Amino acid sequence: MSIYLNKDSKIIVQGITGGMGAKHTALMLDSGAQIVGGVNARKAGTTVTHKDHDGNDVTLPVYGTVKEAMAETGANVSVLFVPPAFTKDAAIEAIDAEMPLMVVITEGVPVQDSAEVFAYLQGKKTRMIGPNCPGIITPGESLAGITPHTITGKGPIGLVSKSGTLTYQMMYELKDLGFSTAIGIGGDPVIGTTHIDALEAFEQDPETEVIVMIGEIGGDAEERAAAYIAEHVTKPVVGYVAGFTAPEGKTMGHAGAIVSGSAGTAQAKKEALEAAGVKVGQTPSETASLVREILHG
Amino acid sequence: MDLFEYQARDMFEKHGVPVLRGIVATTVEEAAEAAEALLPPDGGVVVVKAQVKTGGRGKAGGVKIARSVEEAAEVARAILGMDIKGHTVQRVMIAEGADIAEEYYFSVLLDRANRNYLAMCSVEGGVEIEQLAVERPEALAKVAIDPIVGIDEAKAREIVETAGFAAELQEPVAKVIRTLWTVFTAEDATLVEVNPLVRTGAGDIVALDGKVTLDDNASEVRHPDHEALEDKAATDPLEAKAKANGLNYVKLDGEVGIIGNGAGLVMSTLDVVAGAGKKHGGVKPANFLDIGGGANAQVMANGLDVILHDPQVKSVFVNVFGGITACDEVANGIVGALNILGDEATKPLVVRLDGNNVDLGRAILAEANHPLVTLAETMDGGADKAAELANA
Repeated sequence: MSIYLNKDSKIIVQGITGGMGAKHTALMLDSGAQIVGGVNARKAGTTVTHKDHDGNDVTLPVYGTVKEAMAETGANVSVLFVPPAFTKDAAIEAIDAEMPLMVVITEGVPVQDSAEVFAYLQGKKTRMIGPNCPGIITPGESLAGITPHTITGKGPIGLVSKSGTLTYQMMYELKDLGFSTAIGIGGDPVIGTTHIDALEAFEQDPETEVIVMIGEIGGDAEERAAAYIAEHVTKPVVGYVAGFTAPEGKTMGHAGAIVSGSAGTAQAKKEALEAAGVKVGQTPSETASLVREILHG
Repeated sequence: MDLFEYQARDMFEKHGVPVLRGIVATTVEEAAEAAEALLPPDGGVVVVKAQVKTGGRGKAGGVKIARSVEEAAEVARAILGMDIKGHTVQRVMIAEGADIAEEYYFSVLLDRANRNYLAMCSVEGGVEIEQLAVERPEALAKVAIDPIVGIDEAKAREIVETAGFAAELQEPVAKVIRTLWTVFTAEDATLVEVNPLVRTGAGDIVALDGKVTLDDNASEVRHPDHEALEDKAATDPLEAKAKANGLNYVKLDGEVGIIGNGAGLVMSTLDVVAGAGKKHGGVKPANFLDIGGGANAQVMANGLDVILHDPQVKSVFVNVFGGITACDEVANGIVGALNILGDEATKPLVVRLDGNNVDLGRAILAEANHPLVTLAETMDGGADKAAELANA
């Protein structure tokens, strides 16, 4: 088991012919994920060829629309590598096509576009992950995004994080134990899938024994996740928060990682998580040790 | 990006929000000329307002009324160069005096928690709105805005009704709120705030003071004109240099230079270094620098170049996790960067690599055997070593 993504997931790539799209289509294929095609209205009818994990050529059809790609391939996941100016339209197209899972990797999407897409999602059949995220990986089964699939294998840890490289770091520290699913929800102010969504899914996933939640400064998503954990999560949760030394009013790389006034500080997030019974590590390696203690008693 | 009041005023005017005339001045002479242009011939006042991106300037003495050109010059002389909460006043705005009958409050902002927008409005403006929200929350109307529908006529009416405006004021205030919504969407703002929004003696509704925050992503994608709004003079020269090289750099007040890949990992590195610094004379991280995914030699050289030119920096901690990028490429990047920099590289570097091809990466650095480079096995160990070297 896993959350949101498994070995049966059939993935298309919106923006499959672009630089990022092509590079990561190849890497996703190398991970063993089932990539079944791509979308680019201007290149409909053409194909792209990449190698799979065994070095064999895989030729993927490029469709004009998401709807057509779904009808032809049975795809149930779309990964977006569309430039930020066009991300909103591409996302709305996927939502209109009733794509079950949409993973938006694109960085730099205008926040009003993300807010419109999120409003449009309400009552629709699509789950959005991102934007500005590394995507989701179920090790050994599937990869929808840019997380390096070579870091770790399958295991009992579920991981949800705002940050890409911190996710990789944590997966690496715990690579001997392995992960059920690791999901990077993205560091933007408006995102489709939150810590709470992932916590809910991990709580219900029988293969996940412990949940690692990585947060960072900005907003109050971690505080709300803490309240959710206290109320609804029975599995052990280990937390980590980045950005204790970030100054007020300065953006630290992620559009959402900014401390304004007294809200959104790392200290406040850590305290909220601890109050909810979450063990919070001071560093990534201490966080990994806490996970080990839980799994090995 | 936060705008200065005068920039917000100009932006309001462009989108049809009623504002008073205002002229920005950076010198006493310019302030006097502006006052000359704005003072009514039959007597009256202008207001000299410090332009700083922080609140509480009124209390700090940064807003003064002047009744003559001479007085405006005198007041401007006092305000220019003043320090308001760590911000040096570089500009003042000379604004027309207003005949204020009543003061109101309006703002519309991105609501992260609900992933939509929130409009806030009160018939009690001019005060500290945070204080009002705490002390008398019932006096502050909060209305959720659907990002697709926006503030249409019906929503504007709902806002003014909820705020409790008198019947005859509802239509004129709603009309101004709609123009402020135009500013919010047309300019891709995450905050548009007017405090106070006033009714003048003549019955006009006017935005007297405005605060605007623009979404940097949107400015990059579809507002090339926003670049001109950047306060280049206030930008740290090292930050400006980094930006010109496409690097994501924030200058901090410390001794350990930091380079890493990925915003989260770099933030985490700062924390770990700050923690390690406690054992080494209280040294702190000197900067945030994210070189992103493709850490090739040139990008690494650009990053090191910025950090090594920070006179406060005593040591550098390079903390890279090779995810997509392999560690051997990063190691080659570091060696290449040190070659590019040559004699300009003078400070010790602690390098921690993990992830893809880590053994190869470490071997390349060991082989190069650069006198400035120390290899660290772990992030915590590297932070400790870099802090120790910064305290030497």
